[in-house]
Amino acid sequence: MKLNRRVFIGTGAAAAASVLSAPMVHGAAHGRPKVVVVGGGAGGATAARYLAKDSKGEIDVTLIEPTRSYYTCFFSNLYIGGFREADSLAHSYGTLASQYGINVVHDWAVGIDRDARTVALAGGGSVPYDRLILSPGIDFVDGAVAGWDLSAQNKMPHAYKGGSQMELLKAQIEAMPQGGTFAMVAPPNPYRCPPGPYERVSMVAHLLKNTNPTAKIIVADPKPKFSKMGLFQEGWADNYAGMVDWIGSDFGGANVEVDPEAMTVSIDGEVTKVDACNVIPAMKAGRICEMAGITEGNWAPVSGHTMQSRMDENIHVLGDATNQGDMPKSGFSANSQAKVAAMAVRGALTGSKVFPAKFSNTCWSLIDTDNGVKVGATYEATDEKIAKVDGFISATGEDAALRKATYEESIGWYSGITSDMFG
Amino acid sequence: MRRGLKAAALAALLLSGAALHAEETAVPLGDAENGAKIFRTCSGCHQVGPSAKNRTGPLLNGIFGAPAGAIEGFFYSKALKRAAAEGLVWDYEYLDAYIENPKALVSGTRMSFRGIKDEQDRHDVLAYLRRFSDDPANIPEAEPTAQAVEVALAPEILAIVGDRDYGEYLANECLTCHQSSGSDQGIPSITRWPEEDFVIAMHAYKQKLRPHPVMQMMASRLSDEEIAALAVYFKELE
Repeated sequence: MKLNRRVFIGTGAAAAASVLSAPMVHGAAHGRPKVVVVGGGAGGATAARYLAKDSKGEIDVTLIEPTRSYYTCFFSNLYIGGFREADSLAHSYGTLASQYGINVVHDWAVGIDRDARTVALAGGGSVPYDRLILSPGIDFVDGAVAGWDLSAQNKMPHAYKGGSQMELLKAQIEAMPQGGTFAMVAPPNPYRCPPGPYERVSMVAHLLKNTNPTAKIIVADPKPKFSKMGLFQEGWADNYAGMVDWIGSDFGGANVEVDPEAMTVSIDGEVTKVDACNVIPAMKAGRICEMAGITEGNWAPVSGHTMQSRMDENIHVLGDATNQGDMPKSGFSANSQAKVAAMAVRGALTGSKVFPAKFSNTCWSLIDTDNGVKVGATYEATDEKIAKVDGFISATGEDAALRKATYEESIGWYSGITSDMFG
Repeated sequence: MRRGLKAAALAALLLSGAALHAEETAVPLGDAENGAKIFRTCSGCHQVGPSAKNRTGPLLNGIFGAPAGAIEGFFYSKALKRAAAEGLVWDYEYLDAYIENPKALVSGTRMSFRGIKDEQDRHDVLAYLRRFSDDPANIPEAEPTAQAVEVALAPEILAIVGDRDYGEYLANECLTCHQSSGSDQGIPSITRWPEEDFVIAMHAYKQKLRPHPVMQMMASRLSDEEIAALAVYFKELE
């Protein structure tokens, strides 16, 4: 052993050492220590699996997730483009229950009593916890887009949580008349999956190019620029010339009102009749965070060292719902944060070794057939935030072979991360 | 699974050695000299010749006619073990199909290779490989076992003994993309590599000698000890 463990145990050393001499101290009063995870996506499923796997039965893990079949939001744009079947995005929790001994509860968490340390379920009853991990994803900010609220989501889908909304949006695009208009209202920062709306534009364009080549795409954007902007704009010009009209905030893209009944979109006062419309409103942490009283503004602030809530040390928050610093809100980020949180929770409850937090993220986007691009970075925890260390982005003008390899890599990543989440 | 008895018979003929003197037109044997050049692509993982050892992939002496998964001392993937249990034998036609597209013949192995699309190139490689199967006298002594080292590392770095527990933690980050099962799908398998190969590959990324930008970034923040820790962890991962 050449490594000096003191280097990476850091501040946790004292606590860890005292627990090590008497393992299971915390759980001794009531059997195994209990961890409840709310939300079975990239953050929650990963955290539950790593806790169960690495604690080897020492921790009692409960995962609360309303859906039995989880449809990943990542890669759902590829379904719109016709590159993936909807079924290929669905995953079950069977292995997490059978192979990892996780108690999977298909219900909604509707309240959290932080003093009693219990989670109330919509179906009645409550689940006690020693540590709670919240990974609820996003909800939408009320009134963010004038004229739109959740009751309009069937006429103008958000399609930003995967599942049936994706199928609805695709069906509406396929039903557009020849030469019709598709509009997207893009969200303001910060939001889930920064390149997501623009990959979606690419996939819609791909779909229309084959079936409805005279159709138009209008994007109203409250931002002056967006993730991988140069790459997407190059891709749109090369592959979908004249099809995409992106209107950024410098050109009135923030001044938007929609009318779901009339199917019109007003951008900077100019009203356009549209045939399909995708409204992606401003976002906030999944509402359970607000119910738990751990939000500040729209998001739940956390410490980067452990992903612990800044307001309650018994609660860890993961993924899109957090305000953590420099990481983008992505499935990859949530998965990365989940491993840090699982390690910290396990360390606190069983005295296992705690290493310094390291994070990474990569976001792949598909522009057209075999034309993939990516952006990524590594991160570390400081006392203030999760801070970016290093990063890279695909270049414009890359050759076709590299773009194809990048796309194939993204397919490999999908297999990798879903195995990492669901076992 | 058999693709055709004709091919099996053909391979048997080839193996007997008699085929060389009989119907030479039956199988388009390639140019072994050109095959030796093409094999350099393979030699990062596979060795042949008298001093060949199992590396990231098994050594390939005597592969012609051998049952799949039978090279002694090599840790095979579950997928290849399954194919072996089903009776896969490396005859000419199967070898040809495998190197054309490894994943199409046996999916889920650790062979991270796109395949050789050009038919003539495949025949050339097989002609080269065949030298190490049925005619040991022809084994060349130098290339390709004497492969160039990608990156020169100080002996102290190669001598670092990795901390497996630390490697397990660090590996969490790798496993978002690289599968713990060793399955390779668009992203290479990194399990069961000889430690030295793993360490050299990671340092090659760190020094930006290997081109992949994600891996350059990931490797750039790993210390020598951390790379050693990852190498020992992935070496033992089953």
